[in-house]
Amino acid sequence: MANNTAQLQEKTHPMEDLLRMDRMPHIWCSGCGLGSAVTAFVEGLKKAGVSYDKTAIVSGIGCTGRVAGYVRLDSYHTTHGRAIPFATGLKLANRDLTVFVFSGDGDLFAIGGNHLIHAARRNVDINVICVNNFIYGMTGGQNAPTTPLGAYSSTAPFGNYEMPFNLVGIAAASGASYVARWTTMHARRLTDSIATAANKKGFCFIEIVSPCATVFARKNGGGTGLDLLKEFQTRSIIDHEADPTQIPLTMDNEIVCGEFVNEDSPTFWENVQAGIKSQLEKFSNWEEMQSNSRKIPHKTIRKYTSSRDS
Amino acid sequence: MFQKSRLHGEFFMQGDIACAEGALAAGCRFFGGYPITPASEIAERMAYRLPLLQGVFIQYEDEIASMAGILGASWAGVKSMTATSGPGISLMTENIGLGMMMEAPCVVVNVQRGGPSTGLPTSWAQSDMMQARWGSHGDYGSISLVPNSPQEFFDLTVTAFNFSEKYRLPVFIMADALVGHMTEKVVIPPVEELEIINRKYTNKKTEDYLPYDYGKDLIPDFAKAGDGYRYHTTGLTHDKRGYPDMTFECQNELVPRLVNKIKNHIDDISLTEEYDIEGADVIVISYGITSRTVLPAITMAKKKGIKVGYLRLKTVWPFPEEKIRKLSEKVAGFVVPEMNLGQISLEVERCAHNDSIVKLVPHPGGAIHKFEDVLHAIEEVAHGK
Amino acid sequence: MSELRVKISGFGGQGIILSAFILGKAASIYDQQHSSMTQAYGPEARGGACSSQVVISSDNVEYPLVDTADVLIAMSQEGYDTFLPILKKGGILLYDIDLVEKLQCHKDIIAKGIPATRLAEELGKKIVANIVMLGFAAKQAKIVSPKAMQEAIADSVPRKFTELNMRAFQAGYDYNKEQE
Repeated sequence: MANNTAQLQEKTHPMEDLLRMDRMPHIWCSGCGLGSAVTAFVEGLKKAGVSYDKTAIVSGIGCTGRVAGYVRLDSYHTTHGRAIPFATGLKLANRDLTVFVFSGDGDLFAIGGNHLIHAARRNVDINVICVNNFIYGMTGGQNAPTTPLGAYSSTAPFGNYEMPFNLVGIAAASGASYVARWTTMHARRLTDSIATAANKKGFCFIEIVSPCATVFARKNGGGTGLDLLKEFQTRSIIDHEADPTQIPLTMDNEIVCGEFVNEDSPTFWENVQAGIKSQLEKFSNWEEMQSNSRKIPHKTIRKYTSSRDS
Repeated sequence: MFQKSRLHGEFFMQGDIACAEGALAAGCRFFGGYPITPASEIAERMAYRLPLLQGVFIQYEDEIASMAGILGASWAGVKSMTATSGPGISLMTENIGLGMMMEAPCVVVNVQRGGPSTGLPTSWAQSDMMQARWGSHGDYGSISLVPNSPQEFFDLTVTAFNFSEKYRLPVFIMADALVGHMTEKVVIPPVEELEIINRKYTNKKTEDYLPYDYGKDLIPDFAKAGDGYRYHTTGLTHDKRGYPDMTFECQNELVPRLVNKIKNHIDDISLTEEYDIEGADVIVISYGITSRTVLPAITMAKKKGIKVGYLRLKTVWPFPEEKIRKLSEKVAGFVVPEMNLGQISLEVERCAHNDSIVKLVPHPGGAIHKFEDVLHAIEEVAHGK
Repeated sequence: MSELRVKISGFGGQGIILSAFILGKAASIYDQQHSSMTQAYGPEARGGACSSQVVISSDNVEYPLVDTADVLIAMSQEGYDTFLPILKKGGILLYDIDLVEKLQCHKDIIAKGIPATRLAEELGKKIVANIVMLGFAAKQAKIVSPKAMQEAIADSVPRKFTELNMRAFQAGYDYNKEQE
């Protein structure tokens, strides 16, 4: 008996090197898709072969925003909606880092929507993983910019009357280098996508369609987490050739998954470097251009006192 | 070529440009900003200068992103800055709070213009002083430096970086449109002559490092992204490991520390200038450009035989409470001319001895104080009114 | 401590700001004095009007604005009309005689006119009228030393126009009303 306990204690979690085991159990509900998303992320990083010491993860606020806290990387849990500009600063200031943003649909597309389209436009070399559960989970089931037309939420008691965003369409239209959509049921393909993004330069965007059994399904008759996964299985199709702008998600249509965009275009930093290089000779006489300085010998500089001498 | 790009010498230079040069001299290599009058010249200068120093300039989509971005850059171990004016600061305040909570060294420049709202874009005021102290929600200690000339805009930008690195927080430079757009002689010393302070990096092993552990000075040692420490940092109330902890005990350890790490070092942070304080009956307290524009009134009062002393605050926050309290025991009262309708004068009132008079000379911004108004206030205080 | 407060006014595009910049630089960098330049504030910023101001002092400039001027340079009628009232008694008015035609009573001030724009046109480029005016100011109001002004001009204009600007400065410096 005692022997058995010792054996149990010795057993380690297979992802212990990338998870903060001292923070388990996590706060997510049973049946939530975030566990699968994090598993795919960890497996994807392993597969990509990136250095964990040189990989950072930035989250915003919300259920998905808590991912940063559970992954044993340099991790930053920022303000609501602002993970992308934070990650942009982090990446540009240390270009050796592989930077992931891991956040939810409300965080990245409602309050943070502007940052997403601009980071995609600039093609900043960061990877954005958006877990889309169609609702604000942590705050109690309010309407999201992804809530399908007609779906119920706690701020849409008569059914949602706003048109939702199609996330992959926005990312692609804004200029992302890589755009994919998977559900949490597509564990293997999602893992591959994350590995691809980790090693791909430019702005990479992956939407993970994820079940929210506690709030979304309860309000919309979706059943348990397992029921929702089964529903994903029947509803999703894989079509890499699909036009990402033409595949919105509704309550009951096909969930079109795939890698829709995978292009190589110059990143923000590459463009900065190319721009400066092309102008270099302009700057060769830089000191002369600063001729509003009169070169004076070092020791003759008088110490300035900025206030009056009374 | 890049090495040549550091400036030193004597220049006839605009305040905003002096600020940018001060940042570069202090080692700033990341600027994230958004255009706004009257601070755009800082961004323009940075856009031109940073690439030559192999730094990063990015014009973000708004001020919210700019502030978040410089926090990110700070965590990469790079000195970072943003510059804006009142409306931009209003947008930045949430992430300024994040910077306070995460303890990210960086510098935020506010070239103040008249407010509220869009206010007076091209004209000046000093009406964001309380916003700099209390702008973001929650309690935290903060540092605000106020320059009164292009030279001082340069000098205090260097100081702001030093304080931000030393005390690990976003530091404000509260300039105004007049100082920002004024051109004067600026002396830039060779970089080796400047005192530059860099944040203290941990020397602990990865397994021993607690990112929010602290010593007597209450300031945690830093580890930047990519150093292998792989630790968590959050805007939530957190323990020494950086992990969220929603207990009273944790809140009660963290938040007072954020306040006290500044309060306990006020002697180092508080920069003031005093003239004719000894034997004065009235002390004029001013800061920023007002400290220059009220000088004629002080001269006039002296000619009338009034013993006027003069205290200039280069550091407005933390407020020199003890200094004001001590001074108040010796004088009839204080005159506080400021280009707002009463912000720092409230602090003087709070700290001054009960018997001393504190007279605000308000001004809504957009012009400067009339000498007569300041003179009149000095006379009134001198006569015990 | 000696202090000189100069107001420069004209239209946008005449180089009003640049001339204030050159003047301030000449004083603070090349004459080793102190100077403070501020620009185009107040109601005169409306329309095409433009003004800037420089305070030159032997000591640190305390008060940087020009409420009363020792020297007024007027390159437009509007600038003249707006700022003549702030010119103090005994102050010097320098104006472009072709652009400021409706003159008021000049009691208690020293008024000196120059066809700066016309001289600049004769030199080949109207744009250097402001430099002609700076030359005139260096001579007539002695606001800074001519050498400092020349150095500051050379420092502030594109190199291919240095010679033209030097000639413009000289034209203003040498201008003598009696010659007309």
